[in-house]
This record gives sequence, structure tokens and C-alpha cells, in this order.
Amino acid sequence: MIAPFREVFRYFDLPIRSFRRLGRIILLSCHDAGNALIMLASATLYIRTLWRPRARRETAMQLYVTGIKSLGVITVVAFFTGMILALQTGLELRRFGQEVNIGTAVTVVMIREMGPFMTGLIIAASVGSAIAAQIGTMAVSEEISALEVMSINPNRFLVMPRLVALAVMMPILTVYTNILGILGGGIVGSTQLGVAFPAYFDNAVRYAENKDLYVGLFKAVVFGIMIATVSCYQGLTTSEGAVGVGRSTRSTVIISFLLILTVGYMITRLFYI
Amino acid sequence: MIIFDKVTKKLGGKMVLNEVSFEVPKGETFVIVGLSGAGKSVTLKHMVQLLLPDSGTIRIGEDLISAARGKKLERIRRRFGVLFQGAALLQWLSVFENVALPLREHTKMTEAEIEKTVREKLRLLNMEEAMEKFPSDLSGGMQKRVGLARAIVMDPEIILYDEPTSGLDPVTSRLIDQLIENLRKELGITSVVVTHDLHSALAIGTHIMMIDGGKIVENARPQEFIKSTNETVQRFLESQYITRRGAWEKGMEKHV
Repeated sequence: MIAPFREVFRYFDLPIRSFRRLGRIILLSCHDAGNALIMLASATLYIRTLWRPRARRETAMQLYVTGIKSLGVITVVAFFTGMILALQTGLELRRFGQEVNIGTAVTVVMIREMGPFMTGLIIAASVGSAIAAQIGTMAVSEEISALEVMSINPNRFLVMPRLVALAVMMPILTVYTNILGILGGGIVGSTQLGVAFPAYFDNAVRYAENKDLYVGLFKAVVFGIMIATVSCYQGLTTSEGAVGVGRSTRSTVIISFLLILTVGYMITRLFYI
Repeated sequence: MIIFDKVTKKLGGKMVLNEVSFEVPKGETFVIVGLSGAGKSVTLKHMVQLLLPDSGTIRIGEDLISAARGKKLERIRRRFGVLFQGAALLQWLSVFENVALPLREHTKMTEAEIEKTVREKLRLLNMEEAMEKFPSDLSGGMQKRVGLARAIVMDPEIILYDEPTSGLDPVTSRLIDQLIENLRKELGITSVVVTHDLHSALAIGTHIMMIDGGKIVENARPQEFIKSTNETVQRFLESQYITRRGAWEKGMEKHV
């Protein structure tokens, strides 16, 4: 494909190998993205089998792992995110005598952006990487092949319960993050900035709109689906033993972070401009 | 039963199977031997479409598995039981749940029936007592026996064994050999065994095929296999201290 351009590359002394490598990376990325979307579509179609006892049990287990087991770290991160937001905005607003408005600032930022964003990052790093490592280990120890020869579709058996769990749990955890973040902001407001709790919460509720909440929760669902898709796909395509499992885990975290940032921006752009 | 017709497969630029053609007759134990990287496991994986050939066809009876997709592929695969090299048990399920998995997924058996069937298969392999344990609590040999119980739980027509005795002690190896032999004699099950272990191959095989460099170098009954004049086969036999006039000839009588 690059052959007709070879002379052009030579004329301008461009590094042809680098362009070839870049082209290969782009093509492979498109190939992986396409296959991951096919896997997602297949797992989505299998949601109809959720009523089966084994699928119900597995989904409940994944809900527990995603939700309950992540609560500790989410609690700490959410609380401190709200506290940092309140402190930073409060210090600036104090210069204009407007520190009473930190309630609005913290609430709007938390429910629009920081809630789904922070929850997404934590879940990608903890749950997403764990999913990639578990499924990746299964792939290199031929457990996925064993499922296939038993005519058990891995998209139904493994991907679907994780997809459902992450899509359901992400908005719930985001609400939890939002509440704790706003609470953390309130504590900083009352103890460090002299904004009383009632004034803080009154301000917080007055200017936040329902739309902010809906868009934030929509983001959370999208992030949950993205994390499930990336982690399961990276796991299922793992090869080359323990090194491959490490590579899949790392890729899951990196790709999920990048997607959360870029898709998060696009959703904000779509709903607010 | 299983027919390979001019199957070619390249992996990572290397020719692993080069126009390989052979037939596994029904009710026989077909053993594939060869050096590491010769293409034995790749051949086995083609039989259940874990790999697709670059060219050529693979038939399972009347079914063309190399072109099958979706429900048809699932139906063909249900004719098989596969024992993987590392047993490939699902680590978060107990021994009982692992063996019961195909029954729960593909039959409408009641829990009582499932338990009866699973116990029966585990008893065959002296693993009934480990029913509640998890794979991580078992030794490699025990995991392999559970893997075999799972492979036979649906009473398949064909069982594929990928290195069934590798890493096992001699007593367990002979137990598995005996089981493969019994499944052929008593139930007429077709078996395809991939192994390095020629002693095991000569004991259980009704046909032995050797692959080297992606090509078949010998495909014969055991008593003919040990008399092969092919240099690669001779080297392979000698490497395991098996000679043409060795004690194995006496043991070959059952196949004559």
C-alpha cells in the first residue's frame, strides 16, 4: 500500500519504517476495536439468558466483586476528591467573598464530571484489571478453549455477567461517589472555610440541575460498558503465558483510562454545547 | 470417522502442517507422536476447530467441521470430549461443578441425575472423594483425572487427549492408559491421543502416526510402526529405548 509513496518519502527524507509501523498499529487497533465491538454485541444479545440459575449466580458474584469490594477505595477517593475540590475552589472564591458558593461548585463538578470520572478510573484499575488478569489466565491455561469445545460460548459464560455487573454497578457507585464527595466538600467548607453546613447544602441543591445528574449517570453506564468490553477482550485475546497476562492487564488499564477521558469529554460536549 | 484432506496450516510464518491427509477409523485409538513442535497438538486442535486450516478440509463423519459455524459447530463439538494438556479446569468451580458443567449447560437433567452421573464418572477415575475440592487443591495428576471425567461425562463419540500422561507418575499414567483402552473396548469410543510417550502409545494405540516437520512420516499399526524403516521413526523409537526386536513385539499380539 505504501509502495506508490516510497519516492515521496525518499524525496522528503521521511522515515518510511516509522510510517509503516504507525500504519500497522492503526490497522491492528481498528481490527481489535472491531472484534471487541462484535464481542460486546454478542454478549449483549446473551443478556436474554440472564434468568438461568448459573448466569444469575455468576452475575450476582460479579456485582458483589464490582460493588462491595470496591467500596473501600471509592469511599476514600470520593471523600478526598470532594474535600480537595472544596478547598481549592473555596480559597479562590474567598478572594471575592463568594466562598458560600463552594456548594454549587463541588456539587456540579462532582455529578457532572468527577463522580463518573473518578469511579471509572478506580473501577478500571481495580475491577477491569482483575477481569483481564482472570480471563487472560484462563486463556493461556486453555480454559477458554475448554469452554469452546464444550460448546459453551465464552461471551455468554464470561463476558455477559461482567458486562451486566459493570453497567449496573457503575451508576450506583457513581451516586455513592457523588454523595461522599459533596459530603467531604461540606466538611471542608464548615471546618476550613467558615461555610455552615445548611448554607453549603442549600447552595449545592439550588444550582444543580436534574440534567447534570442524568448526564453523569449516563456517562457512568457508558464507562461501565467500556471497561467491561476492554477488560474482557484483552483477557480473551491473551497469549504467551504470564508475560501476556501482564501485558493484557496493563493494556486494559491504559485503554480504559484513555477511553474514559476521551468519551467523557465527547459526552460533555454533546450535552452541554 | 475423522478425515483430514490435504490440511495446511502456517503459524507465525512457519509451516506447521503441510498438506496432511489421514483418516481416523471409527472405534479405534489413533495415537499421534512426534517431537516437540512437530504439529501434533495443532492437528488435534483442528479436529474441534480451535484452529482453522489455511487450506484443506476436515470431516467428522459426514460433517465438515472446518467450514462449520454457529449452531452447527456447537452440534459437531458436542460429539467430542477433550482432555487438555493442563486439564483446563475452571479454577473457581469445585471438582463436582467442573464435571457437572457440560450436563448443566446442555441437558435437562435434574440435580439428582447430574450428581449420580458425576459421581459415576469420578468413581471411574478414583476421584469421587475429591468431589468438593477445588482444582488448586489437587495435584497435576488429579486435575488430569478430573479433566478426563469432564471429557467423558457427556458420553461423547470421540475423545481427544492432549498429552494425557505427561507429568504423571507411572501408576497414574497406566490408570489413564487402561481407561482409554477400556473406553475403546467396552463403549467403542474413538480416541485420538497426542503423546511423546511411545510406551503408552504402543500399549493403547491401534494406529500410530508420526508427524515431523509438518508432514506425516509414518502411519501404521503398532506392530508395523516399530518395524518402520523410516529414519526419523527409528531415531524416535531408539530415543525411548524401544528396538524392533524388543519386548514390545510380545505385547503387540493383541493388535494382530
